[in-house]
Amino acid sequence: MAKHIQVKDLDIYYDEFLAVQGVSMTIEPRSVTALIGPSGCGKSTFLRSLNRMHELVPKAKVEGQVAINGRDIYGNNVDPVDIRSEIGMVFQRPNPFPTMSIYENVAAGIRLTGARMKRSEIDDLVERSLRSANLWNEVKDRLHKPGGGISGGQQQRLCIARAIAVDPAVLLMDEPCSALDPISTQAIEDLINDLKPDYTIVIVTHNMQQAARVSDTTGFFNLADVGQPGRLIEMDTTAKIFSAPREQATEDYITGRFG
Amino acid sequence: MPLSETPSAVARPRPRAGDRVFAGLSTGAGLLILVVLAGVAAFLLVEAWPALTAPPEEVPGGRGVALYVWPLLFGTALSAVFALLIAAPLAVTIALFVTYYAPRALAQGLGYLIDLLAAVPSIIYGLWGFTVLAPATVGPSGWLADNLGFVPLFAGPVSATGRTMLVAILVLAVMILPIITAVVREAFRQVPRLHEEAAHALGATRWEMLRMAVLPFGRSAVIGASMLGLGRALGETMAVTIVLSVSGGVTVNLISSGNPSTIAADIALQFPESTGLAVNTLIASGLVLFAVTFAVNMAARTVINRRSEFSGAN
Amino acid sequence: MSVPTRTERETDLLRTETAPVRRTLPPWVPYAVLAAAIAVGGAAALAGVSAGLGAVLTVVLYAACVVTVSRLVEGPRKAKDRVVTTVVTSAFLLALVPLISVLATVISRGTARMDVEFFSFSMRGVVGEGGGVYHAITGTLMITGLATLISVPVGMLCGVYLVEYARGKLAAVITFFVDVMTGIPSIVAGLFAYALFALILGPGVRMGVMGAVALSVLMIPVVVRSTEEMLKLVPNELREAAYALAVPKWRMILKVVIPTALAGIATGVTLAIARVIGETAPLLVTVGITQSVNLNPFDGRMATLPVSAYYQYVNPGVPPDPALDRAWAAALLLIIIVMALNLVARLISRRFAPEAGG
Ligand SMILES: Nc1ncnc2c1ncn2[C@@H]1O[C@H](COP(=O)(O)OP(=O)(O)OP(=O)(O)O)[C@@H](O)[C@H]1O
Ligand SMILES: [Mg+2]
Repeated sequence: MAKHIQVKDLDIYYDEFLAVQGVSMTIEPRSVTALIGPSGCGKSTFLRSLNRMHELVPKAKVEGQVAINGRDIYGNNVDPVDIRSEIGMVFQRPNPFPTMSIYENVAAGIRLTGARMKRSEIDDLVERSLRSANLWNEVKDRLHKPGGGISGGQQQRLCIARAIAVDPAVLLMDEPCSALDPISTQAIEDLINDLKPDYTIVIVTHNMQQAARVSDTTGFFNLADVGQPGRLIEMDTTAKIFSAPREQATEDYITGRFG
Repeated sequence: MPLSETPSAVARPRPRAGDRVFAGLSTGAGLLILVVLAGVAAFLLVEAWPALTAPPEEVPGGRGVALYVWPLLFGTALSAVFALLIAAPLAVTIALFVTYYAPRALAQGLGYLIDLLAAVPSIIYGLWGFTVLAPATVGPSGWLADNLGFVPLFAGPVSATGRTMLVAILVLAVMILPIITAVVREAFRQVPRLHEEAAHALGATRWEMLRMAVLPFGRSAVIGASMLGLGRALGETMAVTIVLSVSGGVTVNLISSGNPSTIAADIALQFPESTGLAVNTLIASGLVLFAVTFAVNMAARTVINRRSEFSGAN
Repeated sequence: MSVPTRTERETDLLRTETAPVRRTLPPWVPYAVLAAAIAVGGAAALAGVSAGLGAVLTVVLYAACVVTVSRLVEGPRKAKDRVVTTVVTSAFLLALVPLISVLATVISRGTARMDVEFFSFSMRGVVGEGGGVYHAITGTLMITGLATLISVPVGMLCGVYLVEYARGKLAAVITFFVDVMTGIPSIVAGLFAYALFALILGPGVRMGVMGAVALSVLMIPVVVRSTEEMLKLVPNELREAAYALAVPKWRMILKVVIPTALAGIATGVTLAIARVIGETAPLLVTVGITQSVNLNPFDGRMATLPVSAYYQYVNPGVPPDPALDRAWAAALLLIIIVMALNLVARLISRRFAPEAGG
């Protein structure tokens, strides 16, 4: 079910401000792509333009092409809501719905979109999603407790379960571990590895080791100066980027972090 | 799912009728606010029209709508302005007390007590003013007339029942007190803590700190809040209706038994028994009241909003 | 604000930098002076001066003594500070006088008729003693209920519009006029409802639903404001989470945003009901009064608690006492209802508010 993403000459704006310029890249299915780069270079902005979340910001706009399996998601007559059902997203801070139980959180994507499903099917889906998110064993006895009542790391895995319950082809993750402790981070990284065979995963991270551990491909974003647009400087296999980057800026960034 | 399969989004054209309907309903509700306000003005004008165009001698009082409304407008303004003069300083001091003087653990509860004053229905203030406050003012009013009789406000002769403009003013002051206090408290709460700390660091006493760092900051809030209170006092009906003994004259004498009525109280008194052109005349006076309170409230909100734009910086 | 530490710091600063060393009053001094002042004021009150004058005497005495002592020991700046403290505290106490007096009056006069007959009988055919407010209770409940039915959807939708949809100028204009609308005098709201229905149904019309419309004009802006404030508190992350699950906007609002804000909105609605349930003036000109039960809001006059209290009071008949007792009992009932609603509102917000953070 994983799909492949082709980005061509993408410019992303906040009102008049050009935040990201001229990004072209290909993201392979059943792979993990890491996006790294200094703060403010537009990684989140880029990521959010892949599932049309960017346009939720007032006056924000996107120019260029993003194609999922060959179809331009910014084409005419494309409903952003349909796009988002194919491309799930996990955010920096865990954000389970506070009014819903763990069970309802996982079922939210089904219930809130108004899809009709039998109770037993939903039960099934919830269990499958929680198992995929490596959370089932920890919460199976308290499925009907509030979703906000578990630990931060568990909440983040709950959010992942919630995202994969909609059965997306692509999973976008924006610094999914930055609010978590090392053990929870480990759990999420394991989960990413487990999910790889079925999904196309794009993850933004500030943690070089994490990028090196989980990703197959790495893209480095940078910006020339404050107020300048961010650009994709270099993209290659993770091994290559971390051992022999082509660009000086990439090397500086990576080594700067490792000291 | 094989990679080559046609994207499912195309195969699933789902009309977002729900989105359009809901957005339409919400927008409609937003616009309804403007429609209702315009409607208040329009319907009052339509129903007031027969009185406005009738020959003066057919209007109750026999001298036209303008002369019918004038003494009422005078009474309305007199009672509201004096009520404000009493309530505003008191409200500011109470806001200071609750925000800066009350023990912290009690502050919220004490603020709630003041809010309770606003929760008491106005009819109850009327009954209380009539039964308790009015008789209690007879003695002090006599003292005022004896000793300060040269001031036109206290010229006397003193009303025996105490159902005077003075009592109406006091009741109104109590009623608008919580409204002003609430707005001023909110403003004090937004005073940047840094200013306070800076003042304290200079070795200021609490009062010096308040004067240096808090009061200047709250000034426009106090003005705005006072105007809100004024608007409320102008339109208050039942308390005045019950408390005030009315004779219709135009006088600033606050303690005699001959008092001008207010627009709102006059409507409440006359409307249930009126028919025909008298109803239209009362609605015309209601239109005047609406216009006045609307203007006062608009001015108040403008002042308050301007302040919040400034304080948005912190 | 932690008062003691600041005071310490002030005095520290005064010592080290600006002023020469000053002594402060021991903390028990003001209390001792206060006790003495109360004793003198109380004695004066007992000796025949009125209670009010006694209180004034107490405050003046206290302020004068404390200022003099403070000036001698602590200097003029501290003395002034103490004056202000006294003034500010007495202002607060002064404001409590009417509250206590109102409650005491209503309770002492209203309890006489808090009996079964009062709650279960109307005024139909009652002359003199007896009778009750059953008809007014049903009327008040129906009219307030109808007003709530009108105001809650309209007000909530308008709040949703302002937070979730509106952009730019129109939003600013509507927000502004919602605020202005909260200031419409209740009697004007009543006249509006009357004028509206008189245009359609002819002059002199009186109906329960007219009162509901009038009350709605007063209620809607309150509901809008509390909805607006509560929706703004809902973190944007939840909206994004819903969007990322491919939830359409309207379902996102109905299923995620509103449930998250529901406790706050319920508090606001309860307070709005408390605000209008005691309104007299708008009902006086739209619904009028009647002596018997009328359960049809589309047909003729209806009794309501505040209006019937008003008429019992202004037209008591001879002898007046039974009617006055009924008026006060209705007032007491009204105040109990309003206070209960306020209490409920506070309980709702306290019970549900902290949970939202998770
Ligand atoms: N809502 C917004 N409105 C206007 N400008 C924005 C907005 N969000 C981000 N920007 C700007 O766009 C640029 C890219 O921001 P973005 O959040 O994508 O950076 P990032 O690479 O994700 O940074 P970080 O690593 O700190 O998360 C920045 O200059 C930022 O100031
Ligand atoms: Mg980011």
